[in-house]
Amino acid sequence: MREITYAQAIQEAMSEEMRRDQNIMFMGEDIGVYGGAFGVSRGMFEEFGDKRVRDTPITELAITGCAAGAAMTGLRPIVEIMFSDFMTLAMEQLVNQAAKNRFQFGGQAAVPMVLRTPGGSGTGAAEQHSQSLEAWVCHVPGLKVVIPSTPYDAKGLLKAAIRDNNPVVFIEQKLLYRTKGEVPEPGDDYIIELGKADIKREGSDLTIITYGRMVPRALEVAEAFSQKGTSIEVIDIRTLVPLDTEALISSAKKTGRVLIVHEACQRGGYGGEIAGLIADSEAFFYLDAPIKRLGGLDVPIPYNPNLEAQVVPTVESITKAVNELL
Amino acid sequence: MKLSKEQHKELFYKMTLCREFEETAAKLFIAGKVHGTAHFCIGEEATGVGVCSPLEVEDYITQTHRGHNQGIGKNMDVNRMMAEFLGKQTGYCKGKGGCMHIADFSVGSLGANGVVAGGLPIATGAALSQQYLGKKNITVCFFGDGAANEGAFHESLNLASVWKLPVLFVCTNNLYGMSTHINKSMNIEDISVRAASYGIKGIALDGNDVVTIYQETLKAKEYVLEHGPMLMVLNTYRWTGHSKSDAQLYRTKEEVNQWKERCPIKRHRDLLIDQKLFTEEELDELKREAVQKIKDAVAFAENSPEPSIDDIFDDVYAL
Repeated sequence: MREITYAQAIQEAMSEEMRRDQNIMFMGEDIGVYGGAFGVSRGMFEEFGDKRVRDTPITELAITGCAAGAAMTGLRPIVEIMFSDFMTLAMEQLVNQAAKNRFQFGGQAAVPMVLRTPGGSGTGAAEQHSQSLEAWVCHVPGLKVVIPSTPYDAKGLLKAAIRDNNPVVFIEQKLLYRTKGEVPEPGDDYIIELGKADIKREGSDLTIITYGRMVPRALEVAEAFSQKGTSIEVIDIRTLVPLDTEALISSAKKTGRVLIVHEACQRGGYGGEIAGLIADSEAFFYLDAPIKRLGGLDVPIPYNPNLEAQVVPTVESITKAVNELL
Repeated sequence: MKLSKEQHKELFYKMTLCREFEETAAKLFIAGKVHGTAHFCIGEEATGVGVCSPLEVEDYITQTHRGHNQGIGKNMDVNRMMAEFLGKQTGYCKGKGGCMHIADFSVGSLGANGVVAGGLPIATGAALSQQYLGKKNITVCFFGDGAANEGAFHESLNLASVWKLPVLFVCTNNLYGMSTHINKSMNIEDISVRAASYGIKGIALDGNDVVTIYQETLKAKEYVLEHGPMLMVLNTYRWTGHSKSDAQLYRTKEEVNQWKERCPIKRHRDLLIDQKLFTEEELDELKREAVQKIKDAVAFAENSPEPSIDDIFDDVYAL
């Protein structure tokens, strides 16, 4: 199978969907001729023109609310927020309007929109361009939340998000944009259903539950442990909302040991939700050790590269956490 | 253009219906039949009724939390409005939204909003749809003087202007954001001057003159379809407090009474009689119709079932 990058996979998903449905349009800051701050939409302006690929002013609240309003009246907008940190500027429209309009209007509205935005640290962009804010949006009923870890998943999940009739927050991982992976040919219209976790590596001694950029790191740790005879299962949840609870519970029952890893700050992070879910389930009775969380340190992302690298889970810190559980 | 007798009748009836709706709703409150709060637009009826009456079903509106006049102007069903007010299953939002969130997509209302300025980006998006889909309709976005100080106002007017979207921004200036007079929240008296900074047309009208509002809205619709957004400020006054828990210590009774003398409904009634378009008896009969309609609405609402917790997860997500 051919290999393309995570960024190309996202671009292909958008372009294929826009060819399929004329009412899908795309807007955001510098997504047109410039091709997006991370080059994700390169070539789309040339193919679809300025009606369907719209550069906006720097106006995150209006972009997001405009998408919600357009979604309620016949379009299926995709918006790009240049850095996920800037979701903070769009929160009112995302949380109070897009997420609630169906419920609060008694089912009269549907809000089929996708908010795409890159998250995560590792680029030296410091405190205001490096956060992992997914827990904020996971907390809001009415939103769906997706964070892919491979090009294959990114394409299939984004297509599903675009076809979904709800507001979907699709958080991409900056450091994965240039990573390559196998993806079917463009004509192969595959979709990955939202709400299905993926077992990225099967194992029997311990389960690492993770998502996004921490998936390759967890796989690296699992590979190293396999050399020593320890079998680690790595589950990529892929969709945070809705969450594939069945997959997590059954893996916890199978291995009896659970480590949850994410880059976002540990306090109030989504790992707490996953831990609580397993503790509340029948899997609790199968556990041989306490459920362990490993999130980022509870600090803003610092600038210095050595500091930046050490405030999120590393291969070393994941290895240490695994050893504590075994 | 001169309004026809039928058009005058529609305006008078809708304003009267709105006044009756709210005065009745206030009584239900006092009787302890309403949970939550309500924001009344008594004294402002000409704004929403005057703007919405000339619109087509395909023209959208986004409403404010003080928007009963806007909903009635856009031909929403008072039975379902009252049922929502009482939190009933038959209400517009199945009892889940309350009167801050009434919406009727079948008549083009994309919903009222509990957030000041929350509707401005939404309206901008609805107008984007109309432009994108090649429709010959506009979106009317209602908001208040308080919203004109929010970031969403700036972002929405700017974006709509840049894209020449068919949206008419209607600012109902009732002089108070909750308790704070506009002279403490902005350093201008005429809000319409803000239009200039977006390169769009702005006009200010007497918000208690329903006939002029109706006529100017028709002109504005043509203008907006051709040139893009416009800001229309309707200067009016809120007779009641902000919500049910407002002791109104920030203004005098004299001030309120002065504005009550400028009642938009009485003014229209006087005009209709002066111009001999209607007799006193005919207008009294219209009022009786409105009173009966609201009585029926209360009966409908009170006889409607309560929503069930069994349906609570419905509509959190669409299928």
